[in-house]
Amino acid sequence: MTGDVTLRPAREETPLSFVDMSTSLAAFHAPNPVFTASGCAAAGRELAQFFDQSDLGGIVTKSIMLEARSGRPTPRMAETPSGMLNSIGLQGPGIAAFLEHDLPWLADRGARAVVSIAGSSIDEYVALAAKLRGQPGLAMLEVNISCPNVEDRGQVFACDPRAAARVIAAVRQKATPTVPVFAKLSPDVTDIVAVAEAVMRAGADGLSMINTLLGMVIDPDTMRPLLAGVTGGLSGPAIRPVAVRCVWQVHRAMPDVPILGMGGIRTGLDALEFVLAGASAVSVGTSVFSDPSAPVRVLRELQQALGERGFDSLSDAIGYAHRPADAVVPPDPRGDDA
Amino acid sequence: MSPVQVAGEVLSLRRVGAYWQLTLVAPGIAERAKPGQFVALAVGGEHSSMLLRRAFAIYRVAERGLYGGTVDVVFAVHGKGTAWLSRLHQHDPVDVVGPLGRPFRLPATPVPTVLVGGGYGSAPLFGLAGALKDRRCRVDFVIGAGSADRLFGVLEAKRMASTLTVTTDDGSAGERGRVSDVLAEVLERSEAGLIYACGPMPMLRAVAAIAEEFGLPCQVAVEESMACGIGVCMTCVLPIAGVDGVTRMLRSCVDGPVFLGEQVRFDDVGTVPAGTLGAPVPVASTQ
Repeated sequence: MTGDVTLRPAREETPLSFVDMSTSLAAFHAPNPVFTASGCAAAGRELAQFFDQSDLGGIVTKSIMLEARSGRPTPRMAETPSGMLNSIGLQGPGIAAFLEHDLPWLADRGARAVVSIAGSSIDEYVALAAKLRGQPGLAMLEVNISCPNVEDRGQVFACDPRAAARVIAAVRQKATPTVPVFAKLSPDVTDIVAVAEAVMRAGADGLSMINTLLGMVIDPDTMRPLLAGVTGGLSGPAIRPVAVRCVWQVHRAMPDVPILGMGGIRTGLDALEFVLAGASAVSVGTSVFSDPSAPVRVLRELQQALGERGFDSLSDAIGYAHRPADAVVPPDPRGDDA
Repeated sequence: MSPVQVAGEVLSLRRVGAYWQLTLVAPGIAERAKPGQFVALAVGGEHSSMLLRRAFAIYRVAERGLYGGTVDVVFAVHGKGTAWLSRLHQHDPVDVVGPLGRPFRLPATPVPTVLVGGGYGSAPLFGLAGALKDRRCRVDFVIGAGSADRLFGVLEAKRMASTLTVTTDDGSAGERGRVSDVLAEVLERSEAGLIYACGPMPMLRAVAAIAEEFGLPCQVAVEESMACGIGVCMTCVLPIAGVDGVTRMLRSCVDGPVFLGEQVRFDDVGTVPAGTLGAPVPVASTQ
């Protein structure tokens, strides 16, 4: 038995099926639909030890702010059933250091960089979009209007359709016209479709969903909140059904809007759920903490799962769960229907 | 050298006093590992509801043997993850990522050294002691714990070191008291030029303070709770004063776990001290 132990890169892989995995998020065309998730991959460098950054559809960076930011005190993390809470507080180097060190590094490696930006005011978002304008290697902007760990938790832009729309309109106007602007939405709203419609009307090119859910844990020993920040964002497989529901509802309401889906994806079948619900691509986030090579594994498993279900291409599977009850299952892989 | 992710396997698991010593077959780790580095283990099996890896300092490695490369870690059962590890059997699979973190830095010349371990924090010091002795450095050990069953590696320390001083809080072994109560005497006796320490944060703080008193450089390996161990999650940060005088919230997994004692702002761990790079600026009074 011990003789079977091998390094992961040397493990024999399942022969790849011939499913066309290419996808589009508005004007951004990616060779495959599996991305990292914001806040779960830093700026890509650390994960390059485990897989080639250009092997994924895109690398979504941790949200970048205008200035360097220390983040919150510790403890910043609590493990929860099939999930975790985090209260990092957007620790980061600021946009200048990011443009000097991180974006060129990603570009050099052929990674398609999806840069997540976060601000505490509309002006900050606009300034970030301006600094990123024309930067080589930038494939897409993901506008984080839904981080639950901002200073003033009362002002999560994505919880108010009008505030969300104002941010997106301002960023869209300032950003490179050919670079898609995606709005990252919060599930902590009564009607996510209303927020989705508001940001699309404001000029968003697509939607990333979902961000974490606001949660908290109380330490039974100290009988106080466990996180220094009191509340934190819940992520991991625990939130997957919520995320799939959000993607489903928004795709149902706006079937032509491209969606980057995320929330607790751990396996290829998890990713398939998002695709079937209407996502054109997916981000693998928290699972990276337990399995640093999870994104490339999910890609391999998703491709195999699509092949096993008779799909020729990923695009045929997007939103497939919405088909009428009497539709033929699955689509004929050769397309030679009479 | 870059870490690897390995499908490891349990070779043995045994009780050592109040702790567990786990030996994993994990090829690729041993030849890369340096003293002070750690491994991050996935817990709970493939469909585990426990998402976060558990980080453990590497106790020792063997590059080859009957079963290929192995890595040993020592742990106490603290929660569900370590309880799961304590129930493993031979041949059970365990996913291993490592070696991670920055190792202890070794002196270029043969300097007398004192190694201070608290609880199972002494585990990474034995590999370090070996590396120091290879460089003809004198090694003196101070090992402490709450009680005799929570001391780790007493016999091994006795074998490797010029002298060994043991302390326990309850006096059940060695001298009653803390490692910090005996450290000054050991430093004087051994004419130490360098201190290494690993253990709980209050112990590291006390050791760093004594090092400063003696004007000796001191390297401490910290234990902060981590989620990923590879530098992406930003949960294991602590305030570190840089040589430029600027305090930064650094990750203990990739910027540590070994830091210079004088750079760790022990009094401010768990906070973001004012003046830290990127810290919120206090709002000026409007009165």
